[in-house]
Amino acid sequence: MAEMKFTKTHEWVCFDGDIAYVGITDYAQQEMGDLVYVNLPEVDAEVTAGEPFCEVESVKAVAEVNAPISGTVAEVNEELLDAPEKINEAPYESWIAKIANAGDTDSLLTEDEYTALLEEIH
Amino acid sequence: MEARKTPLYETHLKAGGKMVEFAGYILPVQYPTGVVKEHLAVRNACGLFDVSHMGELRLKGPDAVRNLNHLLTNDYTEMADGQCRYSPMCYPDGGTVDDLIVYKKGKDDYLIVVNAANRKKDVDHIRENLVGDVLMEDVSDSYAQLALQGPKAEAILSKLVPAGSLPEKSYTAVFDLPVGGLLCIVSRTGYTGSDGFELYTAAENAEKLFGLLMEAGKEEGLIPCGLGARDTLRLEASMPLYGHELSAEISPLEAGLSFFVHLDKDEFIGKEALEKAGRTARVRVGLKVTGRGIVREHQDVFIDGRKVGVTTSGTSCPYVGYPAAMALIERASRKIGTKVEVDVRGRLVEAEIVKMPFYKKEEQ
Repeated sequence: MAEMKFTKTHEWVCFDGDIAYVGITDYAQQEMGDLVYVNLPEVDAEVTAGEPFCEVESVKAVAEVNAPISGTVAEVNEELLDAPEKINEAPYESWIAKIANAGDTDSLLTEDEYTALLEEIH
Repeated sequence: MEARKTPLYETHLKAGGKMVEFAGYILPVQYPTGVVKEHLAVRNACGLFDVSHMGELRLKGPDAVRNLNHLLTNDYTEMADGQCRYSPMCYPDGGTVDDLIVYKKGKDDYLIVVNAANRKKDVDHIRENLVGDVLMEDVSDSYAQLALQGPKAEAILSKLVPAGSLPEKSYTAVFDLPVGGLLCIVSRTGYTGSDGFELYTAAENAEKLFGLLMEAGKEEGLIPCGLGARDTLRLEASMPLYGHELSAEISPLEAGLSFFVHLDKDEFIGKEALEKAGRTARVRVGLKVTGRGIVREHQDVFIDGRKVGVTTSGTSCPYVGYPAAMALIERASRKIGTKVEVDVRGRLVEAEIVKMPFYKKEEQ
């Protein structure tokens, strides 16, 4: 796989060829706390970079997850339906959706840029 | 108004508490262990909560009982020293001012424990309605309150008190009990559905008491717990929370608390309205989510496409292992086993009306 990229809203994206794996960052899962549900997007749904495309829920709150890139949902990680805690345990291995026909990736942050952003928050 | 710190603020920070504002206080919503583990600790072992935000009012004088019976829907005529008794408090129209617990310290001497968010409103309401020879004093700021909750609570607390001195029965209290040398009121009460105690001590003792309890509970697996677990635990135990299952618009009878409403009393504030309303049009029910998703508060409940009510609280319940909610629905539709659908942000999620509580502790 290629290098992992990030968004300012704490999603990650990682390309395997033309397919982009998408998930939420370690910081995001820590902020949310124990996840109890992932409301997955529909397969074939068109998503737009920077706009909500699914939801993750902790015991206390619901959070929207933004699509890091535009494209079409090719596959969703149904394993998360019964085991949302996998995101807490291994956020960078627990992809939520695979996105095909990915659009522009210019606005994504590199790991260094994302780390700098987290330092700014704290 | 700026949010206030409880006497345990520094303790929470040291323990890695994730601090949030709640009812005007800065309190931990969770510790690094996380809400699910904290919840399970209370069901299987023990958890320690800072509930110093709760309000404490002292009611004293020859007319104290008369005032309790006038202000509250429960009956306080017969009460032994050291007993605790829950009650809703109503407006004349039957809506709920707050729900609270009254402790009887001795003759004509009571302590009333109220919700933090309602404290000022309660004080005003009580002051306006006091009759006869009685004094009410808001003593909230002089107390810190800790809740030690879980099946191991008794074993842990026993290490710090003289043998045989703990309150044995549920809803009883011992006043002036030294816990590790610190004077406390200790009651066998709580807001989790598990066995446990609540301890009231002078604010300056709070940090020391917290430390003594954590140390005493090491072997038993005691961990500090935050507001997140407090909410999931009380929901799993189907306990009402003011602002959700009870409010100025929701009467205690609608909330299913008729056991605590004594319409056979001569009088109390709200009696006439509650009597006149008779069987309420809507009732509180428990919903077990059978579909995919988490039901939250303020979501519409449907039966066969027809709206029958709205949820008041909902989350995932870690011990029983399913998401659950409470809802106010029309009386005719309340039957246990009824299939409903809840509108979760535009998506219909299946649920079933089940008997409350979702969790009930096993009888010892």
